[in-house]
Amino acid sequence: MTRVFVPRDAAALAMGAEAVAKALAEHADVVRTGSRGLFWLEPMIEVETPEGRIAYGPVQAADVPGLLADGFLSGTAKRLRLGVPEQIPFLARQTRLTFARCGIVDPLSLDDYRALGGFEGLEKARAMGSTAIIETVLASGLRGRGGAGFPTGIKWKTVAEAEGDRKYIVCNADEGDSGTYADRMMMEGDPFSLVEGMIIAGLAVGASKGYVYTRSEYPHAIATFDTALEIARAAGILGGDFDIEQRSGAGAYVCGEETSLLESLEGKRGQVRAKPPLPAHKGLFGQPTVINNLVTLTSLPCILRDGAEHYQVLGMGRSRGTMPIQLAGNLKYAGLFEAGFGVTLGELVNDIGGGTRSGRPIRAVQVGGPLGAYFPPALFDTPFDYEAFAAKDGLIGHGGVVVFDDTVDMAHQARFAMEFCAAESCGKCTPCRIGSVRGLETVDKILAGRDVDANLELLRDLCHTMKFGSLCALGGFIPYPVLSAMNFFPEDFRQANRPVRHIDAAA
Amino acid sequence: MADCESWNEDRARGVIAAAAVKEGAALPILHALQAVFGCVPIQAEPLVAAALNITRAEVHGIVTFYHEFRRTPPGRHVLRLCRAEACQAVGGDAVGAHLRSALAIDWHETSRDGAVTLEPVFCLGLCATGPSALLDGDPVGRLDAARVDRMLGSLT
Repeated sequence: MTRVFVPRDAAALAMGAEAVAKALAEHADVVRTGSRGLFWLEPMIEVETPEGRIAYGPVQAADVPGLLADGFLSGTAKRLRLGVPEQIPFLARQTRLTFARCGIVDPLSLDDYRALGGFEGLEKARAMGSTAIIETVLASGLRGRGGAGFPTGIKWKTVAEAEGDRKYIVCNADEGDSGTYADRMMMEGDPFSLVEGMIIAGLAVGASKGYVYTRSEYPHAIATFDTALEIARAAGILGGDFDIEQRSGAGAYVCGEETSLLESLEGKRGQVRAKPPLPAHKGLFGQPTVINNLVTLTSLPCILRDGAEHYQVLGMGRSRGTMPIQLAGNLKYAGLFEAGFGVTLGELVNDIGGGTRSGRPIRAVQVGGPLGAYFPPALFDTPFDYEAFAAKDGLIGHGGVVVFDDTVDMAHQARFAMEFCAAESCGKCTPCRIGSVRGLETVDKILAGRDVDANLELLRDLCHTMKFGSLCALGGFIPYPVLSAMNFFPEDFRQANRPVRHIDAAA
Repeated sequence: MADCESWNEDRARGVIAAAAVKEGAALPILHALQAVFGCVPIQAEPLVAAALNITRAEVHGIVTFYHEFRRTPPGRHVLRLCRAEACQAVGGDAVGAHLRSALAIDWHETSRDGAVTLEPVFCLGLCATGPSALLDGDPVGRLDAARVDRMLGSLT
C-alpha cells in the first residue's frame, strides 16, 4: 500500500490529525511522524509518490474520501495540494540543521533516524574522545539555547575538569515560555536526536547518567520520549556506559531555571539556589553536572557529524549557527522557523509570518517568553541575535515570538507579567516574592486611575529593584515586559486614553 | 478520564513504595499518587514522609509548591485551558471567560454536576494554534465560544 505520513505532533492532533489518520487507515500504509512545523497547514499530510513526497493541508477527516477519489494516493488530487513540502516558501527559506529530521521520519524508528544521518555524530565523537569533542563544540560557537546564551563548550570543559564521584547530564525540557514549542516538537518528532546529544555530552565530560526534566504540560512528548528511551535501551544504545531517565515536572514555571530544576529533580520544592557554586561544580546531588537546554543538546549531533565549521559559518556576531525560532500568537503563518541568527524581527513577523491572523495591524511582539520585552514595530529592524536584543533591553530567550494585533491592551499585559511572577515566584528572594505582589497592586492602581504619575514612577523604581536584586531570571527579567510596555505604549497606562476593553467580559 | 480510586491506605503505601526506589523520588511518588487517586490526598503526606525519611511539613511544602498537584479529586473530565500570552493574543481570555460562565465555576473548580474541572495552565506548547487546551489529555486548538459549547455539549 502507498505510504502516507500523518503527524502525531500534539499541535497536529489539536487540529484533528488523529481522525485523519483513522480515515486513511484502510486505504494506505499510514506512518505517523512529527510535525514539519507549518502549523497553519496542520493537519498537513504527505503521500509518497515516485516523484517524492507530496503534501496536502490542512486536511480534515471529512476531506479524506474526496481526496482519495480525486487521486490523492498518486499525488494528483488538486484540492488542498501543497506540492513538494521542501518547496513551500516557509520551509524553503529555512536552514534546518537541528530540526532536519522533524516531520519527516517516524520518530520511533531507529532505521529512519540512521537513514538521515543519525548517530554519525556520536560515532565521530566516540572516535575523537573527550578533549576533541569539547574543542569541536567550542569551535562551533554553540551557546545555550535556553536563553542565557552561555557558551556550551566552556560549560562542558568546566564539568570535564571538575572532580566528582559521578557526573550528570541534565536536559532542561521544562519549556515553560509561552510561544515556545521547539522542545515539544523535537521530543515528539525526533527524540533520538536528544538521546544522541546527551550521549555525546556524557562522553565529553565523563558522565554516566542523564536526566531529562520534561514539563508535565507535555503528555505526548513525555510518552514519545519514554518509548524512544525503551527502544534505545533495547538496541543497546543506552543502558551500558550511559543511561537516561525522564522525569516530569509539576506545573512550576520557575523549574525552568537551572538550579530550581535541580532542586526539583532531587525531590524538593523548586527553589532557586544561590550561585556559586555553579551546577558545573556542584549540581545534581552535589555532583558536577552539565545542565543544557534541549535545543542545545539536539544541536550537537549535526555539529559533531558535519564539523564545527559547518555550523559556525552561519549566524551573526557572537551568535553562531542556527536558531529554531518559534512563531506564535496572532500570526497568519505561525510555525517553527530554523535559520541562522541575524534575520530581523520584521522579516520574521511580516515576511515569514505573514502578519496577523486577525488581519489587523501588528502592535506588539513579545520575544523570549513571559520574561521578554514587548517590541513595537519601530524596533522591527532588530536582528535575531543575543546581543542585539540585549542592546534594546530585550532578550531572545528560547526563541519564542508572540505577535499581538492592535486590540492588545499593553497595561493589561504589564499587569499579567506581574501577576504571573507573583504566582510563579519560588519565594526564595525578596525582590521577586514581594516585588511581584506589590507590582501587581501598583499596576491595578494605575489601571484604576489612582495617582497615575506617582504610581508609574513607583512601578519603574520597583522594576529597577527587581531587575538588580533578584536571585534568578524570573524576578530579574519580569521588568522587561513591564518596562517595555510602559516605555513603548505609555498611552495604554493613562485612564483617559484607555480604550473600553474589558477582556474578561468580552464573551 | 479514568475513574479515580477512593482513598485506601494500603493502596497508597504500595504506590509510594513502587516509586520510592528512584533517586529524588518525591515528584515521581506524588505523580503516581495523583494518577491513582486523582489528587494527592492529605492522608498520604505522612506516608510519603516516612518513605522518604523527611518531615511531614517538608512533604506538605513540596505538594503545595507545585501547581499540578490537586488536594481533591477532579470531576469526570479535566479541561486545562492555556492562559498564557500566545493564547491571549488570539482571544484566550474571552474563551476562559466564556467557559467559566458556561460552567458557572471559577478556575480550579468543578461544575455542579461533577462533569468538568476547569484548570488554568500556562502554556501547552500549542502556541501557533491557540487558544489551546487539553481535554482529558487530548489537545484541542483554535478554541472559540462556539467550539467550547460543542465540546461541553459532548461531555457526559
